[in-house]
Amino acid sequence: MKNFFKSILFCTVFLFYGFSSIAAEQSSKLLDPGWSFKGFFGKFDRAQLQRGYQVYTEVCAACHSMKYLSYRNLSQPGGPEFSEQQAKIIASQFEVTDGPNSEGEMFTRPARLSDKFVGPYPNEQAATAANGGAYPPDMSVLVKARKGGADYIYSVLMGYEDPPSGVILDDGVYYNKYMPGNKIKMSKPLMEGAVEYIDGTVSSEEQMSKDVVAYLAWAAEPHLEARHKIGFRAIIYLLILTVLVYFSMKKLWSRIESKV
Amino acid sequence: MSDHEYTPKSKLGKWFNDRLPLLTLSNHLQEYPTPKNLNYWWTFGGILTFCLITQIITGLILAMHYIASADLAFGSVEHIMRDVNYGWLIRYVHANGASMFFLAVYIHIFRSLYYGSYKSPREVIWIIGMIIYFLMMATAFMGYVLPWGQMSFWGATVITNLFSAIPLVGESITNWLWGGYAVDNPTLIRFYSLHYLFPFLIFGLVILHIWALHVPGNNNPIGIDIKKPSKDTVPFHPYIVVKDLFALLIFLIVFAFFVFYSPNILGHADNYIEANPLVTPAHIVPEWYLLPFYAILRSIPDKLFGVIAMFAAIFVLVILPWLDTSKVRSAIFRPLYKQFYWFLVADVLILGYVGAMPAEGLYLLVARVATAYYFLHFLVILPVLGAKEKTLDVPLSLTEPVFGGSPNEAMLKKKKEI
Repeated sequence: MKNFFKSILFCTVFLFYGFSSIAAEQSSKLLDPGWSFKGFFGKFDRAQLQRGYQVYTEVCAACHSMKYLSYRNLSQPGGPEFSEQQAKIIASQFEVTDGPNSEGEMFTRPARLSDKFVGPYPNEQAATAANGGAYPPDMSVLVKARKGGADYIYSVLMGYEDPPSGVILDDGVYYNKYMPGNKIKMSKPLMEGAVEYIDGTVSSEEQMSKDVVAYLAWAAEPHLEARHKIGFRAIIYLLILTVLVYFSMKKLWSRIESKV
Repeated sequence: MSDHEYTPKSKLGKWFNDRLPLLTLSNHLQEYPTPKNLNYWWTFGGILTFCLITQIITGLILAMHYIASADLAFGSVEHIMRDVNYGWLIRYVHANGASMFFLAVYIHIFRSLYYGSYKSPREVIWIIGMIIYFLMMATAFMGYVLPWGQMSFWGATVITNLFSAIPLVGESITNWLWGGYAVDNPTLIRFYSLHYLFPFLIFGLVILHIWALHVPGNNNPIGIDIKKPSKDTVPFHPYIVVKDLFALLIFLIVFAFFVFYSPNILGHADNYIEANPLVTPAHIVPEWYLLPFYAILRSIPDKLFGVIAMFAAIFVLVILPWLDTSKVRSAIFRPLYKQFYWFLVADVLILGYVGAMPAEGLYLLVARVATAYYFLHFLVILPVLGAKEKTLDVPLSLTEPVFGGSPNEAMLKKKKEI
């Protein structure tokens, strides 16, 4: 058994080594407002996701697409959980091109639950051209596509500052404390009161940033709640089974003059 | 192989077994005499078999939903993550499963290094194992390309470009591998095809690996030949099966933590950005399990020699049974080798660390020293140790160290003094 603990110890050291080599490159410390979805039992806050969707659709969606999400996702369990009726109404505010119809013509119609989110631009080139040569990245998996995840995006949103003296910025380039290289081509997107929350929450810059990042975190990982729930059960199950197998093993090996 | 002839009890069983001796095989696998002093480092063989089967099953399901096309691959992975029932679970098990597979294989290899399991008469087991390891790296590399993220694309570009270092034919070979003049759709499709094929080659080699193991039987922590079957052995079933199962469950708990609570920590964030040939990521880093070799590659200033050094790093492992000339297998009885063993472990960990860092300044210097030491260990230290090292007395049987289990070194020393 002593050997066994040694093995476990070694594996742990090995894993920590792996973690530390991955986490080693982190530069300036990111802001962490305390997310409800972190940790073992982490869950999304429905109201927060709904507010976050409002920020996304009223501010971010002017430039950023979310092409891997469908309107039906808005009413699915584990997400903002709008009612199906609300999600239908949200979808119907967007126009999609469908067809060809029986005459061979393409036509537009209001979006349905099964449609993917309608983006602001017809293609990447149009998006790049409209934004001074900087393509506003698709936001579907943005949280997973950035080192630091939700903390990083929140930090960038909160990290707009006047450039320190000596730093000269080109037109259309802004100073951001957390952006690699401190330069960002997106102007500060969330001003105090940029949206008027339906639920009456005061729309401070911090509140909006937090809400929209939570929403983006859900969009990048829509099954996070199910994952945490199943994971907890799976690990409890494994622990119980391990204990049972351990005692069975002990009993079996007691017939042998050898330790296990 | 078991000594006694096996005959099935039932008439039908006998009829079938005379025509295809599957029941004899099954009996052999159950009775297979295993040294009773194996410690938990020996459970990783079973764990690795589990990893391979898990990868094949999850991979099979992913292949039903994945689309191998430069335009659609990234989206199809998102489709798996969002719309396929439990697709997120299958994909996270497969992606983290690769890391767990390598974690287990590294432990398995270093166990063999410590206890001298590669030595006569087990050289063929070792060489097959090294071929499996090499194929695993190729499979994992190609699998990492399939989601067609930024790291997929640029990793593929860097690695396939290595072949262009070959004099004269390098460029033609690279173009042939790519199926064009850059990494593109044809590259992705052929990687997908090969990524599907290789696991079955590995599976076949695993059968050979186990077959070759069952000829001489397991090595053991003391590293001595033991009589089989005897008081020193136990039948594989149920004793080793239950022990392997216990170890596997512990391993699965660690596995589950990764899958359910930090499924992306072992990957690179850039791989969630769709591949873009016009934008190069700031640092192109391979998966963690390839980092030591990547460090060796980059530590040599010349491209061709870098590639040679990288492949040589694997090749020295293949010829290891002939580089290590010591007659004593287990490090327990080799006081000097034991120290050098830990130096090697540290050296490989250092190589892995600097492999993840930019190749400049101090990191590059450390990488060069560590690379030199890696080769020094295998090409100089091991042959010299074989000739010079004064080994401790090796017991004649497992029962000789009366306390049973794996021998306590302090007690062995004491015994020698008496």
